Amino acid sequence: MKQMISLQVNGDTYELAVNPWRTLNEVLREDIKLTGTKLGCGTGDCGACTVLIDGKSVSSCLTLAVEVQGMTITTIEGMAPNAEELHPIQESFIEKGAIQCGYCTPGMIMSTAFLLKNNPQPTEAEIRAGLSGNLCRCTGYNKIVDAIGDAAEKLNKDA
Amino acid sequence: MSLPKFTYLAPASLEEACNLLGKYQGKIRIKAGGTDLMVRLAQRALKPEYIVGIRQIPELATISFNPEEGLRLGAMALLYDVACNPIIQEHYPMLARAAKSTATVQIRNMGTVMGNICNASPSADNSPTLVAMNATIVAVSPAGERKIPIDEFFLGPGRSALEPMEIAKEILVPAPLPRSGVSYQKISPRSKVDIAAVNVGAMVVVDEQGTCQQARICLGAVGPVPLRASTAEEFLQGKVITDEVAEQAGALAGTDASPISDVRASKEYRRLMVIILTKRALLEARHGTSI
Ligand SMILES: Cc1cc2nc3c(=O)[nH]c(=O)nc-3n(C[C@H](O)[C@H](O)[C@H](O)COP(=O)(O)OP(=O)(O)OC[C@H]3O[C@@H](n4cnc5c(N)ncnc54)[C@H](O)[C@@H]3O)c2cc1C
Ligand code: FES
Ligand code: FES
Repeated sequence: MKQMISLQVNGDTYELAVNPWRTLNEVLREDIKLTGTKLGCGTGDCGACTVLIDGKSVSSCLTLAVEVQGMTITTIEGMAPNAEELHPIQESFIEKGAIQCGYCTPGMIMSTAFLLKNNPQPTEAEIRAGLSGNLCRCTGYNKIVDAIGDAAEKLNKDA
Repeated sequence: MSLPKFTYLAPASLEEACNLLGKYQGKIRIKAGGTDLMVRLAQRALKPEYIVGIRQIPELATISFNPEEGLRLGAMALLYDVACNPIIQEHYPMLARAAKSTATVQIRNMGTVMGNICNASPSADNSPTLVAMNATIVAVSPAGERKIPIDEFFLGPGRSALEPMEIAKEILVPAPLPRSGVSYQKISPRSKVDIAAVNVGAMVVVDEQGTCQQARICLGAVGPVPLRASTAEEFLQGKVITDEVAEQAGALAGTDASPISDVRASKEYRRLMVIILTKRALLEARHGTSI
């Protein structure tokens, strides 16, 4: 039986009727049409589906939509401050060539946002540990690590 | 990867949650962080008619410490929060280490220490230290509360001593004893984020001369449940834990283990790692006694 829920995504409120067995990933992509959040494995291993819930990075494929009512959900679409500019983390990923096919990128960026909020000046080892829940098939990771280091510098300068 | 159909229940109190477990016995599963449960649902390994979420129950979020009683870890204490909690880092650094070595950031942001224990996997990261430190699980049901010593909690892979109508409410960890030290050691095929191929927790208590008064060693992933290394523990009684004694105890722990071969490691490799990790754990725990 469908339940009426209200989700706060990227500052907007969505009133939806959803079945309780639907994951947040399905509801974001299929009902709200925010397809920036990807689905990879569906079992918590790859990180492609990462979103922030009340500021914490979680796998949307392992989260039920009915459980996160009233919580603040941020997806990749909520990162850029406006239609013209990108978030500094997004800029760094582009500038450092940390994107190839791009499938892992939204998840990588959400994990980076969580990492840098809790640890604004991570060492390389901390960057690698912080991103260990995100798999990339294309880049070989070095450029992603560079991009995150670069994003940390940018954000610290802005602060 | 869609999920099988179920009804989702979100009780506001522990009492209400227990009543639901009673009402829908055999058709209902508890969901804490869901990082084990959701995967099993996706794989169709489980098809409960009802799921009862417990994350919104306020009393389950507690993490509190006092020097007499020790630590209370509520059922919804997240792996991430346990790993980063300053009080746990100060008084129970090995519980923090075990939580931190569980899974990935996203999974630690969702998953709980209690879920890790209740899932009763023999390789669970948080079991060996909790066994070594002699933790107690507090379970509640409509009949009331009972305390389950962790030594009696694990019955087999995926099987715990919890009754169908019980919810595990909190984990109690005794305050660290004077001159005690603890260690957690883990080895896994894929660096730090993977499920353990072998893990070992150890606690030792020594007297002023450094003689071992008590040793509790728990071996993970080398039996159907996290196993106490009783032969090694007995051997350590009354001995000063020198490098040589630690090595001999490690060899005995190797005989206490009953490993199997699987995708993560062969049984021969596992036994060898038990020997090595036990020795390392004992040396680190001895160091922690500051004697
Ligand atoms: C990608 C990935 C990597 C992982 N890596 C590791 C790893 O490295 N090491 C490791 O040990 N584990 C690992 N896990 C397993 C899992 O994340 C942990 O076991 C986690 O601690 C489970 O907690 P949870 O709150 O998500 O449990 P849930 O999935 O909510 O529950 C697990 C089980 O316990 C029961 N349960 C939960 N809470 C209670 C309660 N309070 N009372 C009674 N029963 C309860 C549930 O009914 C269920 O059967 C991994 C999982 C994933 C998806
Ligand atoms: S799709 Fe969620 S972790 Fe892979
Ligand atoms: S850029 Fe293709 S998977 Fe990472």
